[in-house]
Amino acid sequence: MSAREEILERIRRATADIREKDPVRDVPVDWAYGRPTPVGDVLDTFVENIEDYKARIVRTGADGTGRAIVEALTELGAKSVLVPSGVQDTWVAALEAGGFTVVRDEPVLSHAELNEVDAVLTGARVAAAETGTICLDHDDDQGRRALTLVPDRHVCVVREDQVVSDIPEAVARLRPAVEARRPITWISGGSATSDIELARVEGVHGPRNLFVVLEAQPSSR
Amino acid sequence: MKPGDGKTVALFATCINDTMFPTTPQAVVTVLERLGCKVVFPKSQTCCGQMLTNTGYYDEAVPSVRNYVRTFEDYDYIVGPSGSCIGAVRHQHPMLAEHAGDKALKSVSEEVVKRTYDFSEFLVDVLDVTDVGAYFPHRVTFHPTCHSLRVAKVGDRPMQLLRAVKGITILDLPDAEQCCGFGGTFSVKNSEVSVAMATDKARNAVSTGAEYVVAGDNACLMNIGGVLHRGNTGVKPIHLAEILAQTEEAAIA
Amino acid sequence: MSIDHRTEGSVAKPRLTPAPPTGSYLGMPAFPKGVKKELENQQLRRNLRHATTTIRGKRALRAAEVHDWEELRVAGEQIKNRVGRHLDHYLVQAEEAMTRAGITVHWARDAEEANRIVVEIAKSKGTDEVVKIKSMVTQETELNEALEEAGIAAWETDLAELIVQLGHDRPSHILVPAIHRNRSEVREIFLEEMGNWGTPAPPDISDDPPELAAAARTHLREKFLRAKVAISGGNFIVAETGSVVIVESEGNGRMCLTLPETLISVVGIEKLLPTFEDLEVFLRLLPRSSTGERMNPYTSIWTGVTEGDGPQDLHVVLLDNGRTNVLADPVGREALRCIRCSACMNVCPVYERVGGHAYGSVYPGPIGSILTPQLRGVASPIDQSLPFASSLCGACNDVCPVRIPISDILVHMRHKVVEYKRKTHKLPTGESLLFKGIGWMMGKGQRLAGAQVATQAAARLMKRRKYIGPLPIPGYPSAWTNARDLPMPPAQTFREWWDAREEQR
Repeated sequence: MSAREEILERIRRATADIREKDPVRDVPVDWAYGRPTPVGDVLDTFVENIEDYKARIVRTGADGTGRAIVEALTELGAKSVLVPSGVQDTWVAALEAGGFTVVRDEPVLSHAELNEVDAVLTGARVAAAETGTICLDHDDDQGRRALTLVPDRHVCVVREDQVVSDIPEAVARLRPAVEARRPITWISGGSATSDIELARVEGVHGPRNLFVVLEAQPSSR
Repeated sequence: MKPGDGKTVALFATCINDTMFPTTPQAVVTVLERLGCKVVFPKSQTCCGQMLTNTGYYDEAVPSVRNYVRTFEDYDYIVGPSGSCIGAVRHQHPMLAEHAGDKALKSVSEEVVKRTYDFSEFLVDVLDVTDVGAYFPHRVTFHPTCHSLRVAKVGDRPMQLLRAVKGITILDLPDAEQCCGFGGTFSVKNSEVSVAMATDKARNAVSTGAEYVVAGDNACLMNIGGVLHRGNTGVKPIHLAEILAQTEEAAIA
Repeated sequence: MSIDHRTEGSVAKPRLTPAPPTGSYLGMPAFPKGVKKELENQQLRRNLRHATTTIRGKRALRAAEVHDWEELRVAGEQIKNRVGRHLDHYLVQAEEAMTRAGITVHWARDAEEANRIVVEIAKSKGTDEVVKIKSMVTQETELNEALEEAGIAAWETDLAELIVQLGHDRPSHILVPAIHRNRSEVREIFLEEMGNWGTPAPPDISDDPPELAAAARTHLREKFLRAKVAISGGNFIVAETGSVVIVESEGNGRMCLTLPETLISVVGIEKLLPTFEDLEVFLRLLPRSSTGERMNPYTSIWTGVTEGDGPQDLHVVLLDNGRTNVLADPVGREALRCIRCSACMNVCPVYERVGGHAYGSVYPGPIGSILTPQLRGVASPIDQSLPFASSLCGACNDVCPVRIPISDILVHMRHKVVEYKRKTHKLPTGESLLFKGIGWMMGKGQRLAGAQVATQAAARLMKRRKYIGPLPIPGYPSAWTNARDLPMPPAQTFREWWDAREEQR
C-alpha cells in the first residue's frame, strides 16, 4: 500500500466513530466571514498601527505622491531604487528628477545584483488598518517577491481606497489573487525579531526600513 | 425574614475538610444558620473522587460518584466550601459515569451536579447576600485558587464577600492568579516544581504584609501554609468561610 | 569551549554543521528527574521568568483589544474540528489543488519516510547544503541529522534556531527556541561558533540584541543568496486552493521561500484549513496568541509555482508520524487543533520554572504534555511522566486560541498511563494498590469514618504539635514534608463534631 493510501486508511479508521460524512453538516461554523471590524477612523487607525511597528508613514494628496516618494528615499539615504515594471510613470519621473539611479528588473536581476540595490518602490493590493498590515499580491506594480525582500529599504505607496478595517475584509479582497494563483505577502512593519530575551529588534533579514506613502484619492482633493 | 429562610442545605464537607480541617465546614454551618438556612449533614458522604480521577484512576473514582449521587440526590441545595471539589463534581462526575458505562448514573449525576454549589456561589447567587454580618479586624491577602477560578468559575464572588466584612483590610496579592503548586498528587509526584511554585506564592503573600492568606480551598492553603510555617513567616492560612463566620459580638465576647 | 565540534563523537567523519547534544528525546529521564538540573539553574529560571512574564502580558493585551475574541476562538475551534473530523476529505482536496497548481505532493507515514523523501529531493538537485525556516515538524523528524548523514548541511536561519544550532543545543520553546539563553550567552556562542561555519561575528561584538541580530544577518545572508534548496514547515495549507501559508517575523522565511530554486515544505496532515477565507480567523488568532503582536511582520502565501517568481520546483510532504493515533482518540483528538502558538507554555507555571528541555520532546509545556505521549505512545518513562507534569491549574485552557481543553486531556492521558501500566505490569504498583484502597474507602461514609480513626490516633500521639516537620518516610510523605510542614490532623473530625452537636440538641 502506498503511504498515501495507508495514511488515508488510518484516518478513516480513526474517524470511524463520526457518522455524519458531510463536514459542513457535521461541524457548523458560527462565524460570519468578511465583516468589517469597528475601528473608528480606518485611515487614522492604519497610520497609528504602522507607526506602532516603528515603520514610517506619511499622508499625501494624489498629486504629491512623487514628492513624498523622493522625500522618503532621501530620508532613508537610498541612492539606487528598484522599480517594478508596473509602477506609475509619474513616480519614476519623480525619481529621475530627484537624481536617483532607477534600477529595472529587466533583464532579470541576480540575487547578488538585488542585494546591491539600496531600495525598492512599489504599490500594494490592500491594507488592513487594525493590524497595520500591507498585502502585496505581486502584480506588476509590486514585482516578483524577491524585489521587496532583498533590498534593505522598502517604500510602499498605498492608496486610501485600498485600506480596509481589518484582516477579514483584506482576505476577501485577496480572493481574486489567490484564484489567479498569485503569491501573496503580508507585511506588518519592518522585519523584526524578539528571539533574544524577547527584546524586539527591528530589522533582521527582510527590509529593515519600511516607509509607507498613503495617497489620498484624487476625488477627495 | 432572613435570606436563607425555608431553605434546606445539604452540606458537602469534603473529605479533606472533614478529616483535616473541620473548622471550615463548622464555619459554613455557622454562616448558613445565621442566614436562616436549615443545614443537614448526610453522613453517608465521602469524597468528590478528584484525587483519584486526576491521577488517572477512573475506575477507582466511580464509587465516589455513585456515593455522591446516592447521598445528595434528594436535596435542592448541595453546598461545599471548596472550589476544587465542587468543580470536580460538576466537571468530572458525568464523565466518570459515562466511563463506567452507566447511563442511569450519568443522567442522575447531571441533575445533581446542577444543584451543587461552592459556598461563595450559594451565598452570592442563591441567597443573594454579600454582607453576611462578619467582622474580622485583620490584614488579609486573597489567593483566588485555580479551580475556583477556572473549573468552578466562581469569579469574584469570594472577593465580594470579603469586601463586605467589617474591619478587614484586603491587600493585593502579586501574581494572585498563578497556581500555588498544589495540584493534588502533583505536589508529591513533582514535589520540587510544586515547592518552587508554593515558595513563590508564599513569598508574594508575605510581601503584602498580611497576617492571613485567605482562599476558598483548604488544599491550596495547606500547601501555601506548609511553606509559610516552615519558613516561620508568621503569616497564617485561613479559609474564607472561617472569616465569614466571625462576628463582632463573638469577638467582644 | 575548546572542543572541536567538527569531529565530535566516535565517528571521525567531519561534521558539516554543529553537532547537536548527544542522546535521544526518548532516552531522557522522566519529568520529575529531568527538572532537577533546571530548577537549580538560577540563570535559567531568571531568563524564563522574564521571558514568559513579558510575553504573556503582551498576549493578554492583544487579545483584550479584539472585541470578538471569544467568537474568534470558537470559530477557530469549529473550523479545526471540521478539518480533523474529515481529514481524509480535506487531504485529498488539498492534494488535488496543490497538484493542479504545480506542487509535487508526497506522503510520509513517519519521520523516517519524510526524511528520506527530503534527502532524495535535495540529493537529486546535486546540492550539499540547504537553508531551513524554523519548523517544528522537521525538529520532530530530526531532519537535520538525516541530511547531515547524507552529506548535506542544513542551516537554520531563524535567529533563535541559529543560536540553538550554533550552541550545540536543543530548542526549549516552540516559538522562541532559545528562550533559555540570555544575551551574554548568545554573544559567546556567536563569537565561538560563527566563524567555524561561515561569516564570523565581529570580534568586538557586544551583547546588545540589535548587534547580535546584525551579526546573524551578515552570517546568514551569504547562505541565503547561494542556497539552491530550502526546507520549510507550514502553518496552514488551504485545502480549497492548495495555498501554503508561512507566518514569521524576521524575513528569513521569505528568503528561503523566495530565493532558492527548490522549496520542500514538510507539513503535518492536521495543518489544513478548508477555505481561503478561514485564514481571516487564524491570522487574527495566531499572532496575538503567539508573539502578542497585532500581526507578525511577514506572512507568505503561495499557491503553486509562479513563473519567474520564486522557486520553480515546489514540494509538499504531508506527514502523519503519529497524528492518526491522536485522531483515533475521541478525547485526545482535540489536541490536533493546535496551531503551535505557544500561549499555553507562556502562561504555564510549571514551564516557567523548568523550561522546555525537561519535557523530552520538541513540543514542551502543556500542549507537549498532551501531544507527545499521544504521538509517541506511553511506553517510555518520559512519555508516561508527561501527563503528570502539570498542577492542572488550567491557565492554558483559557489562553488557547482554538480552545483545546488541555487539562481535561492531561487527565485523560493520565488515565491512559494508568491503564497501560495495569496491562503491562505483572504485579500492581504500590500506587495502584493505594488508590484502589482509597477508592474502596470513598465508596461509603462509614468506611471513611473508620479510616479517620487512624488519623486521629496519630493526632493523639503527637497531641501538642500543630504541624509535622520533615518526615524521613520515602515516597509521598518525604516528598511533601521536604520543604513544607504538614498540619496535624485535628482531635475531632467534622462528622464527630456534627454528631456531638446533634446529640446536644
